[in-house]
Amino acid sequence: MLNMQNVTKIFRTDLVETRALSDFNLHVKEGEFVTVTGPSGSGKTTFLNIAGLLESFDDGVYDLDGQNVRHLNDTQRSRLRNEKIGFIFQSFNLIPDLDLFDNVDVPLRYRGFNSSERKRRIERCLELVGLANRMKHLPAQLSGGQQQRVAIARALAGEPRFLLADEPTGNLDSKMAHSVMQLLKDINDEGTTIVMVTHDPSLAREAKRNIFVKDGKVSDVTHITASTPEQVASISASGACHV
Amino acid sequence: MFNYYLRLALLSIRRNPILSGLMVAAIALGIGASMTTITVNYLMSSNPIPQKSEQLYYVQVDSWDPNNPAEEPNEPPDQLTWTDANNLYAAQKAERQVIMATTAAVVEPPSQDAKPFNAYIRLTTNEFFPMFDVPFLYGGHWQASADKGREQVVVLSRKSNDKIFGGENSVGRSLRLAGRQFTVVGVLESWYPAPKFYDVGTGAFDEPEDLYIPFLLKEELQLPNGGNTNCWKTPEEDSFAGFLRSECIHYQMWVELPNEQDKQAYLAFLNNYANEQKALGRFSRPLNNRLSDVMQWMENRQVVTDDARVMLWLSLMFLVVCLLNTVGLLLAKFSGKSAEIGLRRAIGASRQALFYQHLVETACIGLTGGIAGLALAYLGLLGIGSLYGSFADNLTSLDINMVLLALLLSLISSIAAGLYPTWRACSIAPASQLKSQ
Repeated sequence: MLNMQNVTKIFRTDLVETRALSDFNLHVKEGEFVTVTGPSGSGKTTFLNIAGLLESFDDGVYDLDGQNVRHLNDTQRSRLRNEKIGFIFQSFNLIPDLDLFDNVDVPLRYRGFNSSERKRRIERCLELVGLANRMKHLPAQLSGGQQQRVAIARALAGEPRFLLADEPTGNLDSKMAHSVMQLLKDINDEGTTIVMVTHDPSLAREAKRNIFVKDGKVSDVTHITASTPEQVASISASGACHV
Repeated sequence: MFNYYLRLALLSIRRNPILSGLMVAAIALGIGASMTTITVNYLMSSNPIPQKSEQLYYVQVDSWDPNNPAEEPNEPPDQLTWTDANNLYAAQKAERQVIMATTAAVVEPPSQDAKPFNAYIRLTTNEFFPMFDVPFLYGGHWQASADKGREQVVVLSRKSNDKIFGGENSVGRSLRLAGRQFTVVGVLESWYPAPKFYDVGTGAFDEPEDLYIPFLLKEELQLPNGGNTNCWKTPEEDSFAGFLRSECIHYQMWVELPNEQDKQAYLAFLNNYANEQKALGRFSRPLNNRLSDVMQWMENRQVVTDDARVMLWLSLMFLVVCLLNTVGLLLAKFSGKSAEIGLRRAIGASRQALFYQHLVETACIGLTGGIAGLALAYLGLLGIGSLYGSFADNLTSLDINMVLLALLLSLISSIAAGLYPTWRACSIAPASQLKSQ
């Protein structure tokens, strides 16, 4: 699904050259839930931006779903982001003027779906995150946890194969964080590959694999044992936003 | 996607009403100022008779002072003497020809209730009306025999007919003019050529005259001169007849020449005439006769004044200043949207899609500014009208062409102003915006 080999990213100014990623190697299989941890400045976000085609890299190879992305132009990268990747951000990044329906609609507009298809997907995804009855609310009228759920609905509406989450629970209290994490695990169980950056070791342990990034390199990989039977039962009952 | 972009544009405008309002105001001021002067220049320089302006020629023959040109560097006089006007008209060498001048006289309406008034009169020959496509409401023009016979017939402007006869069909009725009884043969439909091309010397944007009477009645009734009279030497006789025989210029002549061949033939005729006059001891200057079509004559007479041109350029520069302000405001507005732009990029919008989205927003602001600018232009034109009085009456109206031009100008201007801010907004690195929201 995601394969990075010797990826290097250097940030340059007139005076300073900073290696954010150096010979970064990672292979994420389809359906995996991988968490990325590491100290501040270790390169986690840079990795996530490159993985999400939001930033270019200087050296190495990056294949996403079997496609080498190195030389794609802006339009091709945008299309790939739109069709295959869903983003979830720490600060939700909802558009304040748009109601929930229209916020979830944004990626679908660029996808070119007709209005009935968009409506079907939006309603289904908002229903999944438990906000179907608030479609006409503005983001400011929701709690942080609810806003993050809308962001997850937006990320899922295009049925991406790959979900990138950058500290999705960073701005939430522990109860809401747990709820969002559960939702992500449900989604993963439906087959969506997830890579999540987090500072929280307890959340990292809930994934199937955790990689530890230090000085722009993968320094440690931990394979986490299967979830408890209760968790598995809970996951199977909820279902993800496959439309 | 256009409808979606339009909806986003309106949302964005509503989100920052003050910033959006400032941009609309900046564009409106620029468009208002420039459209005011563009309208005045457009009306000044418009073709008043496009259907035949290239077939109508103003006649100039150089009867001026042997030692000095009528105008520098070597322009022939802009009017004719009584002698030349009558000689050239009598030759009847053109398809149509007309000689004319202005005068004024007291009109005594037939109704006892109406007061006498001083009217501006055009002395002319019968082909004036068909030659310049003058529309009639009632009746028609007088015949050539009336010119020759110096008949006391009159054609009224619609306004005069309203004033004298209350707007009724007055053909066949009489009125007293300059102490004589005249018979009405025609009433014109409303007719306001702008510029008043057939005689720009009496005010290129003045209203046409109140009444029209046969040219030779000038001599018959010894009617006074109206408009400009210039003499390069003092009349030899101190009488009305002596003035008519003098070298003073006061009369205009137009001819209708359907094609280039006719024009060349008429020019040759003018040169022959000048040579005949040389043989008679007149026309001491080298041959310098001219035929100018309508637009050439407007240019020659500088109907569009230098002041108007300067004002036009100043207002266009003002528009540029307003647009530069708009560029700054757009930069501020779009920089405030960088987080949203970053998000849209992350979830699949290409730079091109965002560029179109923001151009639609800019165009909406521009069109709103254009509509507000039109209102300001209308007020500006009203202001010019009240400042300059009747002189500007025919120059201060917005027609459909001007309205469309204003909207097009505002659209193009705003899009031009929006290109750089839009390009900058779409060029931001999305990754840098997503963490910072």
